[in-house]
Amino acid sequence: MGRVVVDVMPKPEILDPQGKAVAGALPRLGFGQFASVRQGKRFELEVEGEVTEEVLAAARAAGEQVLSNPVIEDVVAVYEDAQDTQDAQA
Amino acid sequence: MTRIGVVTFPGTLDDRDAARAVRLAGAEAVSLWHADADLHGVDAVVLPGGFSYGDYLRAGAISRFAPVMGEIVDAAHKGLPVLGICNGFQVLTEAHLLPGSMIKNDHLHFVCREQVLAVENVDTAWTREYTAGQHITIPLKNQDGQYVADEHTLDELEGEGRVVFRYVGWNPNGSRRDIAGITNAAGNVVGLMPHPEHAVEPGFGPDGANGPRTGTDGLAFFTSVLHALVG
Repeated sequence: MGRVVVDVMPKPEILDPQGKAVAGALPRLGFGQFASVRQGKRFELEVEGEVTEEVLAAARAAGEQVLSNPVIEDVVAVYEDAQDTQDAQA
Repeated sequence: MTRIGVVTFPGTLDDRDAARAVRLAGAEAVSLWHADADLHGVDAVVLPGGFSYGDYLRAGAISRFAPVMGEIVDAAHKGLPVLGICNGFQVLTEAHLLPGSMIKNDHLHFVCREQVLAVENVDTAWTREYTAGQHITIPLKNQDGQYVADEHTLDELEGEGRVVFRYVGWNPNGSRRDIAGITNAAGNVVGLMPHPEHAVEPGFGPDGANGPRTGTDGLAFFTSVLHALVG
């Protein structure tokens, strides 16, 4: 089993109300170090076989066309989750 | 009789109210099912509010790929009047029939109130029975209601008179430029966050000039499209 991770974040110019709420809560719990928070989404796409260049290309296309809305979000990373794959096989 | 379709997705809430509004306006309401790639010959379509697919992924994002939506997108490009209310508006933006998108309300709370709107474009299929600048009061209830688009798109919408409704008095969700609803260039596709279908019948709507719950300011959406169709 291979796994591809697609990370999606709100665009920098879009206010992120959820991230702002989290940033407001952190100091109340003693985490005063963090100036701001932005909240995004992580998608884990699993394939039966290996993560080939073709699989990565399909994941990039899915990221652009379905997993994100380009008006409000950016796909910031698409990559093979190699560490997790090894753990799963161990 | 003019036939207006009302789409039901899994998680749609306001399809029955929308169908009732269609009937009160004098048209026949036709139920359209998300999985059925057939518009059954309707003359117009309403995408009602709710939480289709639980708002999973993004509000309206999964409904966009429903079989019925392919038919609606094709027909809308050919001039079929389409109204998207609340979640229906979100579906229209995800389907690229209208520009921009909706994100969480800036204050993060679900909001439910009687909202005053200014009707700024009375040339669309769904607003021709209002007068330009008219203030109407209809319910608003949403969590992801903050309309956003880039500055270029907003300028284009304003320049082409495609801002159909603007919030008056208070911007309830942080929407850019107080925008509550917009139209496509042809004026047949309209989307808005507030709910005209909840203000169509005395006794069940917002407070109005004649007393509590007498407001029926939403009914003209449905009579507008009816008269736009029959000429």
